[in-house]
Amino acid sequence: MTVSQTSFGSHEPILDVRDLTVKYIGDTRSTTAVDRVSFSIGTGEVFGLAGESGCGKSTIANSIMRLLKDPAKIAGGSISFGGRDVLAMSTEELRRFRWQDVAMVFQSAMNSLNPVLTIGEQIVDIFTTHAGLSRKESLRRAGELLELVRIDPARLKSYPHQLSGGMRQRAVIAMAVALKPSLLILDEPTTALDVVVQQEIMAQIKELQRELGFSVLFITHDMSLMVELSHRMAVMYGGRIVETARAHDVYADPRHPYTQALMGAFPPLTGPRVPLSGLPDGVKFRNIPDLAEVSPGHLVAPFGADDLSIAHGAGTLEGAAESLQGAVR
Amino acid sequence: MSHSTLSTHTGPGSAGPGPARTDTPALEVRGLGKSFPVGGLFSRDSVRALHGVDLAIGRGEIVALVGESGSGKSTLARCVARLERPSEGSILLDGADVLKRDRFQASRAFRSQLQMVFQDPFGSLNPAHRIGHFLRRSLAIHGKGGRSETETQARLEQLMDTVGLQADMLDSYPHELSGGQRQRVAIARALAVEPQVILADEPTSMLDVSVRIGVLNLMRRLRDEQGISMLYITHDLASARYLADRTAVMFAGELVEEGESLDLLANPAHPYTQLLVSAVPDPARAGSYDPVRRAELRQAVMASTGCAFDGDPDQACSADRPVRHQVGAPENRHWVRCHLYRPRAGAGGHALAADPAAGAPAPAGPPASNISRKASA
Repeated sequence: MTVSQTSFGSHEPILDVRDLTVKYIGDTRSTTAVDRVSFSIGTGEVFGLAGESGCGKSTIANSIMRLLKDPAKIAGGSISFGGRDVLAMSTEELRRFRWQDVAMVFQSAMNSLNPVLTIGEQIVDIFTTHAGLSRKESLRRAGELLELVRIDPARLKSYPHQLSGGMRQRAVIAMAVALKPSLLILDEPTTALDVVVQQEIMAQIKELQRELGFSVLFITHDMSLMVELSHRMAVMYGGRIVETARAHDVYADPRHPYTQALMGAFPPLTGPRVPLSGLPDGVKFRNIPDLAEVSPGHLVAPFGADDLSIAHGAGTLEGAAESLQGAVR
Repeated sequence: MSHSTLSTHTGPGSAGPGPARTDTPALEVRGLGKSFPVGGLFSRDSVRALHGVDLAIGRGEIVALVGESGSGKSTLARCVARLERPSEGSILLDGADVLKRDRFQASRAFRSQLQMVFQDPFGSLNPAHRIGHFLRRSLAIHGKGGRSETETQARLEQLMDTVGLQADMLDSYPHELSGGQRQRVAIARALAVEPQVILADEPTSMLDVSVRIGVLNLMRRLRDEQGISMLYITHDLASARYLADRTAVMFAGELVEEGESLDLLANPAHPYTQLLVSAVPDPARAGSYDPVRRAELRQAVMASTGCAFDGDPDQACSADRPVRHQVGAPENRHWVRCHLYRPRAGAGGHALAADPAAGAPAPAGPPASNISRKASA
């Protein structure tokens, strides 16, 4: 894939992923979960990665953190962070790299807190282990951290079950930014939360991002949410990026039929009710080619009707191609 | 989904409430209440999950029930489906009080009138059986299979066609199907009984986003072509707007607002509805999040001091009974519960109460931390 897009603004890219290929190797067959994916994230930029379950977006996040375990294997490509080769790091380097350079908030992060330790103990632990601060100083910093995400510092003495889901999620985000990482990976940070809480957490992340100036890799399947938060975004399908552009360009002018289907999956809250059609059940894209530039900064994988396959019993290929073709130029 | 589904869906804008509506609603709920006992064996405490819910669904009408988790919408569904015994109130199906008719559990007659589609299509189909088995069983139990095997087979194929699946999929096992296809099978299974009402509890929330809209289109088509009434329970306001003729908003176990979906979401009158609507991510109005406004709304929901209709001579406020104020023109059937006498907070809707700090960033923050303590304790 030839993605040579410039990052948002004129910043140096903090993270540069080139032709990353990840395979899950089984006894009898192996699956390519991520297939020659390239993208870069600039300093202070929010980059979104959209796609459905199984498209490889979480695998990418785990590759960047070097968290992949057998049978997953990075089969090719490079990941460089601030000029350093992430794939070549030693265990000791990785220990510093994780959390201090790149921090990650997982999907079920609010359930990842230790239930038998107070929030305070868990935050203090970060500072004493990673930053080598004294316990007293750590406690002070932990209080500041909670204030940063608008939780009363008195809550340091609370156990996780005493906090609501939204508060726990915010505590986890606070912990992620504790060591001032330059990149924060958010893997579906709000899927388990109600909309009202979700919006407030997203606002919180935006504010933190402005304040602390870190870059964000934001992973979700919710296109509306992604467009609201991200500067630039990429849409993934079957381990490939099918479209990448500024978030608002993708929103205003989605080119790939898969992107269009994702966009159409979220009916608007205003305007007349127009019939929408998602991706037909069982229809799959295959042989997704490398991206080509359709307008400055807007790259799309070229698409033809023969790039479709239909699962058993899901209708005719012609019908599906026809229904998608209307949208393709 | 086959392309037949794609090509047959009708324009939602033009879709009226469907076939002729008689005066008797297909499903009506009157004064429904449900309390759950909490605490130990000898405790007399209870949590009021539902209180005084009045809701009617006309023939060939889709009504969406929206609200946050904990607001009581699933409890309502479970009560109507007779999976839970309501503490008070009545459920009228086609004008007949089913709680009186079959007192202890749902009868077969009841099940043949009302069917359910559940959230999880992976859990609701037994992996050991072929698709055909599920549909055959529905037909056999309710005696809708016809007299001969040929008739049954024809009916099966017709059902599969209705939900947009190929007939040869009858021999497949559930694991061979995608989530969207499985949910279609679940819908076909409900349809086999030829029900008047389908109760769909978050039918699309577990599906991949790109196939969700196909399932919604199918539900719409069933309403338009077969005149089936539906109660569509969801937390997704946008899909409620897309699918439902009317939308009802539930907060703390009570309905607080109801109206034609388009009108309700364009002109939400209740602060809780306004809160929900304002929180839906919508790139068309990016940057709309206003913490100060949010804090005000939260305050209005949790501790209201007034009602917009206070002093209106036509629609007097009253504490005696829940007053439904009419909003806008009568044809929108849009009402809002009098806000001066709001539902008891804390009875439900904890998701809202639990997070005052988030909605009230430092400058605008009313000291609401006591609510949070209570909710999280």
